[in-house]
Amino acid sequence: MEDISLHLLDLAQNSIAAGATLVEFYIRELLKEGCMWLKIRDNGKGMDEHQLNQVSDPFYTTRTSRKVGLGIPLFRASAEATGGSLQVMSRKHEGTTLLALFYTRHIDCLPLGRPEETLATLIFLNPEVNFVYNHETPGRQFRFDTREAREILGKVNIADPIVVDWIREYIRNGIEELNGGA
Amino acid sequence: MKSLKELEEIKQRTLDSVNLRKERTGGTRVVVGMATCGIAAGARPVLLAFLEEVKKRNLGDVTVSQTGCIGVCRLEPMVEVTRPGEEKVTYVKMTADKVKRVVAEHIVNGHVVTEYTIGAAE
Repeated sequence: MEDISLHLLDLAQNSIAAGATLVEFYIRELLKEGCMWLKIRDNGKGMDEHQLNQVSDPFYTTRTSRKVGLGIPLFRASAEATGGSLQVMSRKHEGTTLLALFYTRHIDCLPLGRPEETLATLIFLNPEVNFVYNHETPGRQFRFDTREAREILGKVNIADPIVVDWIREYIRNGIEELNGGA
Repeated sequence: MKSLKELEEIKQRTLDSVNLRKERTGGTRVVVGMATCGIAAGARPVLLAFLEEVKKRNLGDVTVSQTGCIGVCRLEPMVEVTRPGEEKVTYVKMTADKVKRVVAEHIVNGHVVTEYTIGAAE
């Protein structure tokens, strides 16, 4: 993967394949410490202990249910390449949470990329699923929740291209302000 | 600072355009491969390029959806286009620029862009 936001897209697709109706992204950038925490939490069908143990094995996949393939091993490799780590927590019937640590000053650390494009893609392709995007830098926070957007939209489809385009710009703008922009 | 309140305005604009395109059904289907291999190869900008074209040209009768890994990962990003009553056409190694041409020539005007198809690549 070229950047972290593409990993997020791929991992969220796993969540949705596992029947999640809510996928939450939490990104916390700790500039002083030179690291970034990423959490992806879903309310999908989760994994039992056996599946959980195998989840980082690239040769393991449930294929028919399309739960896990290369996605988690690749994400782990990207985190570990920076000296960071990935934890996978899951409970059957309750959901799965991935928690990754990236050391952002490491030369092999991938850029965050374009989370707004990942969210736009996910909303466009999965209009029945809700997403939360919560991004924090020291002293600042940006949060977007599709449930709030739906409340405003009423019967207008959140996956309408005009709406998705606006959401993409909204998130892009929010991230820009986190980084001290306008 | 953009505000969520702007969505009210978007909602109204969307309602107007939805009314305009209500009549057309059974249109062209576009399917983008969005498995790990597709995403790593660049499926996201391809998908978003379709979104952009659909919005810009107000192609209300085009539906865009996703599929998993088709098994030819080296040819990703792959896109299948099916116009009503016609055979499915599979495009390979797609980019955002190629999408513009496929939309203009194939989806709108009915001429397959042969050089981008899986047949030309194999």
